[in-house]
Amino acid sequence: MSIIIVLIPIALILGLIGLGAFIWSMKSNQYDDLDGAAHRILIDENDDDNVTK
Amino acid sequence: MTPTSPQTLPQNNEGYENLVKINMDGLNTLSLLVGGVHCAVCIQKIESSILKLPLIKEARLNFSTGRFNIIWEGSAALANQFVKIITSLGYSVNPYNSDIEKTTLDAENRFLLLCLGVAGFAMGNVMLLSVGLWTTTTETMGMATRELLHLVSGLIAIPAVMFSGRPFFRSALSVLKKGQTNMDVPISLGLILACGMSVFEIFQHGEHTYFDSAVMLMFFLLIGRYMDFRARKNARSAATDLIKTLSGFATVIKDGKHQRILIRDLREGMTVLVGAGENIPVDSVIIDGRSAVDTSLITGETLPRDVSIGDMVFAGTINQSAPIKLTVSKAADDSVLADVVRLMEKAEQGQAKYVRMADRVARAYTPVVHILAILAFILWFGFLNASWQDALMIAVTVLIVTCPCALGLAVPVVQVLASGVLMKRGILVKSGDALERLAVIDTILFDKTGTLTIGKPELVGQYDESTLAIAASLATHSRHPLSKSLSSSYHGEILSIINVTEHAGQGLEGFYQGQEIRIGNRSWCGVTDDIPHTDNLEIWYRCEQEPPHCFIFKDELKTDSKSTIEALRKSGLTMALLSGDRKNVVTSIANELGIQNSIADMSPIDKYNYLEKLRSENHKILMVGDGLNDAPVLAGADVSMAPGTAIDMAQNAADIVFMGNKLLPVLIAYNIAVLTQKLVKQNFALSILYNFIAVPVAFMGLITPMLAALAMSLSSLIVIANSFRLRRYK
Repeated sequence: MSIIIVLIPIALILGLIGLGAFIWSMKSNQYDDLDGAAHRILIDENDDDNVTK
Repeated sequence: MTPTSPQTLPQNNEGYENLVKINMDGLNTLSLLVGGVHCAVCIQKIESSILKLPLIKEARLNFSTGRFNIIWEGSAALANQFVKIITSLGYSVNPYNSDIEKTTLDAENRFLLLCLGVAGFAMGNVMLLSVGLWTTTTETMGMATRELLHLVSGLIAIPAVMFSGRPFFRSALSVLKKGQTNMDVPISLGLILACGMSVFEIFQHGEHTYFDSAVMLMFFLLIGRYMDFRARKNARSAATDLIKTLSGFATVIKDGKHQRILIRDLREGMTVLVGAGENIPVDSVIIDGRSAVDTSLITGETLPRDVSIGDMVFAGTINQSAPIKLTVSKAADDSVLADVVRLMEKAEQGQAKYVRMADRVARAYTPVVHILAILAFILWFGFLNASWQDALMIAVTVLIVTCPCALGLAVPVVQVLASGVLMKRGILVKSGDALERLAVIDTILFDKTGTLTIGKPELVGQYDESTLAIAASLATHSRHPLSKSLSSSYHGEILSIINVTEHAGQGLEGFYQGQEIRIGNRSWCGVTDDIPHTDNLEIWYRCEQEPPHCFIFKDELKTDSKSTIEALRKSGLTMALLSGDRKNVVTSIANELGIQNSIADMSPIDKYNYLEKLRSENHKILMVGDGLNDAPVLAGADVSMAPGTAIDMAQNAADIVFMGNKLLPVLIAYNIAVLTQKLVKQNFALSILYNFIAVPVAFMGLITPMLAALAMSLSSLIVIANSFRLRRYK
């Protein structure tokens, strides 16, 4: 049973990484325009051509 | 008479350099509100047209809000060039007003998402630990391990509840302060007590903790909350759009010089120059020039009105044929347009009294939940001689299992799914509870022009091909709606016509192969009144001394108006036609469609009064309309729909906007609304059924954390599965 001493922290760290990624994506405005994101997937051009230079 | 050609018209894209701001990196930034963006191609066209210019750092269009941010280096005056480019692509551009309302909405959206994210993290980890706890007992696992798992769960759950429970705590606190109660009160109480009791259990070395139930409840409820928020986010006050209408620029003549100033800074007595095709910014009197003015915004009618010196023109109407000079008679805030907007604000306040079904259920439900929990405590502590800890534990489990996630998901899931189903059919539902209100209507009020009819005069009848070719080619030189319609109904090659002049209010003149040709009204083409007038709109064409030809135009009914009205009547709805048009036109259309109630010659105020009268008789009303003259009624009706061709303000005032040149969406939306309501009621019934099973079990003290988790997820899944039946709507 002592293995859980290792496993619980690992589970927590993985969870926190996921949470961190979520917060990062939110802070970088990725949830501001969900409808737009759904449409942008259809634009077939190089990224550097239509988002930022 | 003021002959003019399109090349000399003043452009409506100057003055934007004043709106440019400098950001932290010393770069220019500009926010524009771009209208008419519908698809990926639009996004790409607009963004790439700006990005291919030199010195541009960033250009990003937000599809949901229409906000277009441009960041660049160098001269601020480039702003006008950007506007010109976007306008030339065929999109409307206005200065973006970063009003406070929108930013708070964004902040709320982020806050809910963040809460949801944290709750999801907490639930995932607590459940991972709980699976072990559920499947074992103290004997198999050992007390020490069990307590460690409880402790870790608590360390995750308590901060998570403190963080992510805030949407519920805040709402509960605010209603409690007012001495009322809502669904968030038992939810908050359940969350706090479940955590509090579990902490107590840890200290008591108890066998069960309820951290898993608490975080699970919170996670599911936050999903419902977020969906509800997204469904309602789009519904914002249409009246604030006055700012948009009045946020452009006007050309003022001062000391003989032209100057661009913001419309809201216009004052009485100023002289304003309005070019052909521009909006008239304020209520004013013409002091020079002669033109035709498109008043469709105020009266809903398609044909322009001829105006000359001394005539009054109103804000929001469009100057069509020639530049005119105006003296401002009222500041922008006092215009007729502003009056209509005030009427709308009043109408919107009236509508705010509507209580959503979920809230009505919650009002009946919350006292029951609290009473049950208290009863459970009294029963166990007072009569069954349980210790107060055990009795409290049972009371808390009753509280947790009776405010199930199912109830929180019952409405938003169906509404979000229904919005999706409607969206695929080109119907955009802007407020989540619109469908709820639509399902209970008994009366529909229709506007005529642009709603039941196509809204544009169409050429009807057969014409000689060569005559049509010449007349249509000449018509391409004019912006008059009949000319536009004439030229668009001709599909051949455009003939070259020279020396074209437009005579405001009369017609066009030009030369084709050396012959003078004219199109326009009767007197312009030398037609006497011997030829009888009809109800139809007409353009006459004359080539030198040949006999004149007449082109007839009609505003035709939408192809499916008749069948849709028929189907709606079969559903048991009463219908009425309200129009600002002439009586004989309105009556003939009403007869053709089989609508018994029709009223003609109505002003916006008349329409609104008619609505008030019906409302006082306790009718539930759907308004379908597309003009500014309909806007107060759209805002004041129980629920409202506007076609996508409607003016912006009508679209914003309406709860539902439908695309395409059909009326059928009204029927589809109504049918789906009825179905949605049926499913919502079933969902409530399922949640209550769940309670009939869960509450007695909880009352007997038989609920373990595993059972609570199982019951909660099962009831949620059943409700979600039931909601998905909506997808099967054909």
